[in-house]
Amino acid sequence: MKDEEIKATILKLLQEIAPDIDPEELGMDDNIREVFGIDSFDFLQLIIGIDKEFGITTPEADYGKITTLRSLIAYVKATK
Amino acid sequence: MKDTLYIPGKETPNMPDYDSLCDKFKWENEFKNLERLPGGGLNIAHEAVDRHANSHLANTVALRWIRKDRSLIDFTYSDLKIQTSQFANVLEKLAIKKNDSVFSLVGRIPYLYVAALGTLKTGAVFCPMFSVFGPEPAFQRLSKGKAKVLITTTKLYQKKIKQLMPRLPLLRHILLTDAKQHIDEKVLSLSMLMDEAPDEYLISNTQPEDPALLHFTSGTTGMPKGALHVHQAVLTHYVTGKYVLDLQPGDIFWCTADPGWVTGTSYGIIAPLVNGVTNIVDEEEFDAERWYSILEEHRVNVWYTAPTAIRRLMRLDFKPLEKYDLSNLRLIHSVGEPLHAEEVIWGKKTFGMPICDNWWQTETGGIMISNYSSMEVRPGSMGKPLPGIEAAIGNIVEDKVQLLTKPMEQGHLLLKKGWPSMFRAYLDEEERYKKCFKGEWYVTGDLAKKDEDGYFWFVGRADDIIKTSGHMVGPFEVESTLMEHPAVSEAAIIGKPDPLIGELVKAFVVLKPGHERSEKTKLDIKGFSRKKLGPAVAPKEITFTDSLPKTKSGKILRRLLKARELGLPEGDKSTLE
Repeated sequence: MKDEEIKATILKLLQEIAPDIDPEELGMDDNIREVFGIDSFDFLQLIIGIDKEFGITTPEADYGKITTLRSLIAYVKATK
Repeated sequence: MKDTLYIPGKETPNMPDYDSLCDKFKWENEFKNLERLPGGGLNIAHEAVDRHANSHLANTVALRWIRKDRSLIDFTYSDLKIQTSQFANVLEKLAIKKNDSVFSLVGRIPYLYVAALGTLKTGAVFCPMFSVFGPEPAFQRLSKGKAKVLITTTKLYQKKIKQLMPRLPLLRHILLTDAKQHIDEKVLSLSMLMDEAPDEYLISNTQPEDPALLHFTSGTTGMPKGALHVHQAVLTHYVTGKYVLDLQPGDIFWCTADPGWVTGTSYGIIAPLVNGVTNIVDEEEFDAERWYSILEEHRVNVWYTAPTAIRRLMRLDFKPLEKYDLSNLRLIHSVGEPLHAEEVIWGKKTFGMPICDNWWQTETGGIMISNYSSMEVRPGSMGKPLPGIEAAIGNIVEDKVQLLTKPMEQGHLLLKKGWPSMFRAYLDEEERYKKCFKGEWYVTGDLAKKDEDGYFWFVGRADDIIKTSGHMVGPFEVESTLMEHPAVSEAAIIGKPDPLIGELVKAFVVLKPGHERSEKTKLDIKGFSRKKLGPAVAPKEITFTDSLPKTKSGKILRRLLKARELGLPEGDKSTLE
């Protein structure tokens, strides 16, 4: 799966959780929670959505390592 | 389950025996442990900061700030005295007077703590807001609290506050924590003002009954109400820090709550400082591994956290004690929503000590009912009243309290009024305030039971207020915002039980004719409400419905919607339209 496809899926999931955001605002290395001011419940929903979409299981211990688009994409690729 | 944390002879808690302290406890005796002002007054900031800065604790770390990147800045009591004095001088220069309101909308950065304590020094009233609030909740609070000054960041100002300025004529100054230069006459650089401010300040001779802190809390009807607390509240902060959190000289204490909520002010700022210990502040949001490593690295002795965080920690697939050295950790407390028995027991298995649940609310200003380190912890129970606090269970019949005395009878949780941190008003809402009291009792709005040994057990709210991630959300303010959306005809909000955050905010929406029940409409309404309310308040779930159940007088029956959502019996429907 290409990086762009993973990115598009993540942004789609993010917009379902927080339709108020503008994905254009987000740089590859920006902290997603900080840029959009989303709370920890929303972020949890995003990870659960990513797990479901890509058929992976992200343990709670890894949540702190996947805070940016770049790290999320790399994580999905490495885990899938 | 018999379970006390302290092994006699090994450690001596501040309250070795609950019953004997209850017998001899007197608020006036504890009051003698505070210093009071030279002029005879009482000021929270003096008790929390200056008193220690003028003592052998001057070079003790008062505040250890952990940045997002894990770098540290330590503030000794002496440093904090200087900075809070500078901030008080800044307010004085801006002509802020006693009883004026100073607000903050900022994350956990040192300026927040400096501003809170510096404001208290001047006799002005401090009101912290949660930085995740959207513009509408911020407006409600700034407007109702008649804010004269707001401390915030450039980003939050641009995103949330600038648009509100025409509606906030009383707001005189915005102090930006990160601006290098003043923007205009109204929007100023806080660091520039601080640099120019003298570092000595004579604390205002505030009296115990003078207003100090304003915390907004949600009601079932109407917009959030401002619970006003006075300087006398510091006595509760001191006593609960000492006997509930068992703060002892040299302790490192970490309260994970944000000062935007009352726990983060009473226990994330005041109680640890009044007790002269080191207070940890982490700028970052919840991250399981980070939290454990902070507990280890900073040798935290007493940790005060919340069920939402504990449930996230329970999801980890490793045993923390195998990975982290938490040998300094002596006591764990939790507040925000009831801690289930299994979570208390998980604490015992995981850390070798049960997690002590406690109960209080914005209006009480401090912990009222708690499990204690030296008392048998009953998993799932709220514990017993703080020494000096009288709690009871009762029915309210014809506007009068009838106490229930049989064990495990369910009724309203009541507190005998008059404790030091009792709220003194709902700002400009005298009637609403009076309604909270029946005779000598404060009616908490929570339902509970009391067992034969005097332990209290939480049952639920007596009204429709939602408790999500430990925060109160009033259905009315969310419904009002949803109704502003062009497609929405009617809306009702309930708290839907959620295993992680207690309840999530769920909306039932009736669409206006001509609007399609599509995913697109749903996302549009969700986005609209998040923009206005912020993610902490806006609905996480939306369901379309044909109509809302109402009473004959037109009041929405939220409890019926909730019962339907949960598949429970619908109860008394005699009032249904």
